[in-house]
Amino acid sequence: MKLNLICINFAFLYYSHKRLSQYYLTIIILLNIMQTTWPLWEIFVRSKQGLYHKHVGSLHAADAKMALENARDLYTRRNEGISIWVVEAQHITASSPDDSEAFYEPANDKVYRHPTFYTIPEEVKNI
Amino acid sequence: MQALSIVELEQRFQAKVDAEIKIEPKDWMPDTYRHTLIRQISQHAHSEIVGMLPEGNWITRAPSLRRKLILLAKVQDEAGHGLYLYSAAETLGIDRETLVQELLSGKAKYSSIFNYPTLTWADIGAIGWLVDGAAIMNQVALCRCSYGLYARAMDRICKEESFHQRQGYEIMLVLAQGTPEQRQMAQDALNRWWWPSLMMFGPKDADSPHSQQSMKWKIKRVSNDELRQRFVDITVPQAEYLGLTVPDPELRLDTNTGRYHYGEIDWTEFKEIIKGNGPCNRQRMRTRQKAYTDGEWVREAAMAHSQKRALKMNPTQAT
Repeated sequence: MKLNLICINFAFLYYSHKRLSQYYLTIIILLNIMQTTWPLWEIFVRSKQGLYHKHVGSLHAADAKMALENARDLYTRRNEGISIWVVEAQHITASSPDDSEAFYEPANDKVYRHPTFYTIPEEVKNI
Repeated sequence: MQALSIVELEQRFQAKVDAEIKIEPKDWMPDTYRHTLIRQISQHAHSEIVGMLPEGNWITRAPSLRRKLILLAKVQDEAGHGLYLYSAAETLGIDRETLVQELLSGKAKYSSIFNYPTLTWADIGAIGWLVDGAAIMNQVALCRCSYGLYARAMDRICKEESFHQRQGYEIMLVLAQGTPEQRQMAQDALNRWWWPSLMMFGPKDADSPHSQQSMKWKIKRVSNDELRQRFVDITVPQAEYLGLTVPDPELRLDTNTGRYHYGEIDWTEFKEIIKGNGPCNRQRMRTRQKAYTDGEWVREAAMAHSQKRALKMNPTQAT
């Protein structure tokens, strides 16, 4: 079946050489025949109005529209959400746990960023 | 920062596990921990997927529209559970296609229970009540697993499984209170599903070689025998309420411990099914392989469509 598709695409390329975009399209389709695995998407769901979207898991889908529909079927079967974001996993940059000590170090010695750092006399109210 | 030796890394890892700190995908972990989890989570995922087949068998023949809708929703849940688990396995560095191929080639295992046939409508009741009941017992313990993603998937699955067990028990209840024939059908289903359900907890602790390491890593939190005992203890009274007889002549309540003594499981049958010689092993594999092959053109077409659309929206990024 794959071989047939390749032949069809070559024929397509031959008869439509006038349009460069179609040439590109053919190349893409050919590449796709070698790699048909759907990409991975990360799913974020807002459970109700007023709350942030929260990461709930991931799934595979061919494109964003399919990812949204699959996310609805997979992660909101019991009214768990009113809004869904899908992001292709490859577009997410994550911090590394190995560097977490150095990475978060700048915040460690800044205790003055917390309200409890300051001593206020008990007589002073509403502060 | 000085690079740590493997021994030091392993000590740090074990200290985290001991302190009940969850392990997340990008954290350092021993290779054997990773591989044990991939094997366990993927087997679990395969079980959910193959587990749709025995019940799917009755969707078109459910006795009422109400039962049909419930069964559809339940089978859809099982598909969802498989997908949560595949996603969790993928975070350990194995891709979905490899996992699927391992199932289709027979390299990967799935729960032996799904190799039994569903002969009557009562089997759908017995599966929900006993098979999902046993699965819940196992999965509640896994909610505390040291690997965060597995634990979170289990948490979600357990919340959804509760309806599965209750709908199954309700089917049994209706049959047990029905005509003598219906009652007999319920008893027959219990007879056939009782022992395979006990086998779901795996070999006896003494014969379970990987258990000790898994307990140390907190992948496994409760032993096979303890989970099996808990299942028997809560299920026998449920069978009594139905007025059905558990097919075990040795079954009796130990009044000292408050726990049930049950007879010996036929481990030869268990091993034969694991080897692929159960009543439905070949049929289940053929069905999965056919679904995969028949769906291939859809997966290809969807991908081609998505790339064509991407190209139309942004022709300069054609490469």
